[in-house]
Amino acid sequence: MRSLRWKIGGHALTLLATVLLGGLFSATLVRLAPGFDVDERELDPHLNAQSVQALRDARHQDRNVLQFYFSYLTRAAHGDLGTSLALGQPVGTLLRDRAPLTLQLLGLGLGLAWLLTLTMALSAAWLRLSVYDTLTTVVSGTFLCLPAAVLALLSVLWNVPGSLAIALIVFPHTYRYARNLLVKAYSRPHIITARAKGLGEARILFWHVVPVVTPQLLAVAGVSVSLAVGAAIPVEALCGLAGIGQLAWQAALARDLPLLVNITILVTLVTLLANSGADVIGHAMRGQEA
Amino acid sequence: MNFWRTLACVVLALVLGSSLAANWLAPAGYARQYRDAIGAPPSRTHWLGTDEIGRDRFARVLYGTRISLLLAPAAALLSTLMAALIGGLAGYLGGVWARMAMAVTDLFMSLPWLFLLITARALMPLNVSPLVSVLVTFLLLGLLGWTAAARVLCTTAGSLRTSDFVRQARAAGLPGQRLFWVHVVPNLKPVLYAQFWISIPVFILSEANLGILGLGVAEPMPSWGSLLKELEGLVSVGEEPWKFVPLILLVVVVTSFQFLLSRQEELAA
Repeated sequence: MRSLRWKIGGHALTLLATVLLGGLFSATLVRLAPGFDVDERELDPHLNAQSVQALRDARHQDRNVLQFYFSYLTRAAHGDLGTSLALGQPVGTLLRDRAPLTLQLLGLGLGLAWLLTLTMALSAAWLRLSVYDTLTTVVSGTFLCLPAAVLALLSVLWNVPGSLAIALIVFPHTYRYARNLLVKAYSRPHIITARAKGLGEARILFWHVVPVVTPQLLAVAGVSVSLAVGAAIPVEALCGLAGIGQLAWQAALARDLPLLVNITILVTLVTLLANSGADVIGHAMRGQEA
Repeated sequence: MNFWRTLACVVLALVLGSSLAANWLAPAGYARQYRDAIGAPPSRTHWLGTDEIGRDRFARVLYGTRISLLLAPAAALLSTLMAALIGGLAGYLGGVWARMAMAVTDLFMSLPWLFLLITARALMPLNVSPLVSVLVTFLLLGLLGWTAAARVLCTTAGSLRTSDFVRQARAAGLPGQRLFWVHVVPNLKPVLYAQFWISIPVFILSEANLGILGLGVAEPMPSWGSLLKELEGLVSVGEEPWKFVPLILLVVVVTSFQFLLSRQEELAA
């Protein structure tokens, strides 16, 4: 229990440091990006010299990256994430409005991906037929060779939900690991003995295989969240789904830098939380077994 | 070498060869517009038809393949060299250097690859000449794609640092620099080759993703990404199947790389 608390504390510290560093990295990129200092309002012929100077002064503090980042963090701590340059709306409102759709898409996509992964990996481990193994490897390998954006376009063409596209982008990555883990677990001597003694497949699976492979599968599950978040960008952008992925794409095309900084921090937070969560649960399970 | 690997080599050689012969196979070039044949289906003069502004699709596929197939390995080489320099050196030096290198890779790897690429690409100038856009796209892939490889190399170099032969060489008075170049780097070669081959298909797919999302190579220069963007306008798969040729070619090439990759992984192991 004590080691688990240490583990959680360690992860929380790492998470905080990485998110803050990620934000600083993103802010630095934003600051160094060409056109950062340019404000097209300066081109307005109705503004006099003092107004133009006032606009320049307002941006002056942003020139120092650390000052820029510190002022951003201070505002963010008070709930002000800034305003989107392209959409002219508060970033907080944009993220709140679009988060439910992305969460639903990711949840369904990941659920489907893991259903496919576990079904195919378990059947490959149970059947131990080289034909079936080759077939599943070819299927997953084909999807691995397709760009995520093409799968998104095909989902539009065939009128299938975007969550299926996410599932088909994520599943080849997770299948490879899950299959190897399960095949390795099923080839352990005690499982071969259990089979020889006539133990039922369900009992072998739940009593002898699941406890062995779950911590490693959880680690893969953590990574699959990161894959799904990455896949959400082309899927939402090309399927016309108004989620955070589409927002990231729009921000990139419009060079909406305040929005990009916030989305970078959010994405870092989500992926790190998923990975740390998987690690902590895996650690707790190993601790219980010991 | 087994049958599939031989076949993969032959396929890659054929695709690369025909793309290098693009000037001879499609002398009109990728940008010439045939205004009397806009959106034409395949014919004797235009084997894969023409696009919506009358450019020969076959020529664009050949030239696009050349760009993707030559620049993806170049980007892979850059990322592998960066990984060797950062990961290999940090692993060899150990201690605080290794921890710092790992912290940087952790930071990069906490962001999904596609998201990182899109964000970084957005911060580069978008309104640039086609040639600059090609260089920016592939340079970005090379500059951002080193982290996973650096992690592997850091661990491998770390284990080499504590190995018996390196300790013995150090005890014999070999200077650190010579030790690194003569004893550590040659032992990193199999891992470096594997990382190089792993990166090529990843970069080809990444460029395709960027191109479809409108953040890749700028028009009129073709690449697999910009060619696949044409699929966006399709209403059904059977309507204009020849538009899928770039996709089929991409899948065949990436699959061929995967077959070669399995050989490299075996060698690295």
